[in-house]
Amino acid sequence: MTFLWFRTWQLGVKSLLLHPLRSLLTVLGIFIGTASVIWLLAIGEGISRKAQEQIESLGANNIIVRSIKPPSEVTEGMGRLLSYGILRNDYERLHETIPTVERILPIREMRRRFGFSSRMVDGRLVGCTPQYAEVTRLEVDRGRFISDGDLRDRHNYCVLAADLATRLFPFEDPIGRSVRVERDYYVVLGVMKPRAPSAGIGGSLAAQEFDNDVYIPITTLWNRIGDTVFTARSGSFEAEQIELSQITLRVDEVKNVLETADLVKETLERYHRIKDYGVTVPLELLEQARTTRLMFIIFMGLIAAISLLVGGIGIMNIMLATVTERTREIGIRRALGAKRGDIIRQFLVETIVLSTVGGITGVLGGLTVGPVLRLILAALEKTTPQVMAQLPEIIRTATPVIVPWSIPLAFGISVTIGIIFGLYPARRAAAMDPIEALRHE
Amino acid sequence: MTSAACVQDVTKEYRMDGGTVRALRGVSLEVPEGDYVAIMGPSGSGKSTLLNLLGCLDRPTSGRIMLGDKDVTRASDDQLSEIRASRIGFVFQSYNLIPQLTVLENIEVPLYYQGRFASDDRRRCLELAEMVGLSDRLKHRPTQLSGGQQQRVAIARSLANDPYFMLADEPTGNLDSVTAAEILELLVELNHNGKTIIMVTHETDIGRQAKRIIQLKDGMILEKE
Repeated sequence: MTFLWFRTWQLGVKSLLLHPLRSLLTVLGIFIGTASVIWLLAIGEGISRKAQEQIESLGANNIIVRSIKPPSEVTEGMGRLLSYGILRNDYERLHETIPTVERILPIREMRRRFGFSSRMVDGRLVGCTPQYAEVTRLEVDRGRFISDGDLRDRHNYCVLAADLATRLFPFEDPIGRSVRVERDYYVVLGVMKPRAPSAGIGGSLAAQEFDNDVYIPITTLWNRIGDTVFTARSGSFEAEQIELSQITLRVDEVKNVLETADLVKETLERYHRIKDYGVTVPLELLEQARTTRLMFIIFMGLIAAISLLVGGIGIMNIMLATVTERTREIGIRRALGAKRGDIIRQFLVETIVLSTVGGITGVLGGLTVGPVLRLILAALEKTTPQVMAQLPEIIRTATPVIVPWSIPLAFGISVTIGIIFGLYPARRAAAMDPIEALRHE
Repeated sequence: MTSAACVQDVTKEYRMDGGTVRALRGVSLEVPEGDYVAIMGPSGSGKSTLLNLLGCLDRPTSGRIMLGDKDVTRASDDQLSEIRASRIGFVFQSYNLIPQLTVLENIEVPLYYQGRFASDDRRRCLELAEMVGLSDRLKHRPTQLSGGQQQRVAIARSLANDPYFMLADEPTGNLDSVTAAEILELLVELNHNGKTIIMVTHETDIGRQAKRIIQLKDGMILEKE
């Protein structure tokens, strides 16, 4: 019996090799279908995982309130000095009224140039409190972070982000040296470890980076720089008065986050005539991202399913042609004693061989998604940099993550499709009248 | 003596769009073992229909057909297939070998559909190939052989399952006269060795090679010689 099965398979392969190009093209259809299932799911997973990571890095327990510049229609007629954003009073109110808030950080940040000897580096000056490092999950590499004492005494101390430190101090050890910001000097207390950017907040889509930060006590910032920032724009001066750029609140437990967020929004609404702040709740984003991910998987799966379907139709098409072409052979085999079942098996074996070969090569092709996608992106970067620049950063930098269950799924579907689409031609072959088939030219 | 085939008052009707065509109108025939019968008649006489019925490719409308001791009149499609696989050997006018198989594999096909294949089957097929004079062509494909050689392969194939009888449908129709004579000689020789042969032909010269001739006309047997 095993020998007979072996013969059936051998015969199937032999018949397929009779038309190598035709068989190859049919296999190609299944190959593309199978590989695309793995590819699309891997790309989708890569993108959504990256988005999720960025959101998670904001902290699921956190609520972030940020100052937003109101649109110009609203600010018109307010004069040269534009005053907006969250206030120190807001901070006090939030600090004192909401019991579920475990930590609350006031933050003031601005773009500045930092100098050391003759080197100048652009970066972000961040006035903050000692808890800042903990809440935003920054870690000290060398030296120390800002302390409560620094905050109380308004010391001219600063802590550098890793990337900025290496650019400003390529040769020297930065600790103990003084960094110049405009006319003031700040002594470097420590250097932080590098940290991946987190998701954009306060309505901005761009990821938030921590590479070019210089941290100083917020009291020092208020003291030295104040709230008003002057910018020269097309010949005229413009001044903005912002007390706080951001307040980060850490809620005691995850289950209280959404409720606390509502309280925060209500509190702020009462004291702000115009919407000059935004509230970001990473937990909400996280849940949104999960929904998006599911949609993504369904969508990608649908596209892949369509391409597999096309592959299946290809198989059916070829097998129907083969059956017609081999009508005579079917007649001979029937005359020599083949049952209908034998004929079905013979043709089904051929489609199974086609779809299995397509499935296996498709899985192998699917596993190459990482390197191949990198090559494609690199090629696009070289040929059409403008188009690439328009793509969202998350798509440009996402690395595909192969979803383990997509491999058996893709393979299973491809073989199943082969069988389903092979069954009809095989049955049609078996249903032929042997006398008619023998007469077929 | 048992008969290889026994046909009793068989009729066969085909339904066409125009009405019913009566291809056979009551044919009775007995083929004893070791016989060599030529069924002759003009086209439309019903000889192909009779051949199909004897070859278990079709069932009669009425009457009875016995092959050996088996009544095949009302056999199912699968049962007919089994009988074809185990008890009937076909030789066709256009050889009908399977192009993707070698000579030896072609000879083995009927055994394959019997659902068994033992090592002595292989030896038997080699003997058959030798008998028809093709032992040096075992690995060749049908397209690499001449018409006469292909028909020899077909004859070897028809004997692979040790049939009740060999059914030869115009076995020399596609061959030149010299090769045709060789093939007919082979058939006579096989008959001498005890094989039962039923041959369908429309050429009187070829029909004369048989032990007896059955003339068909308009679906009935005219005379028996």
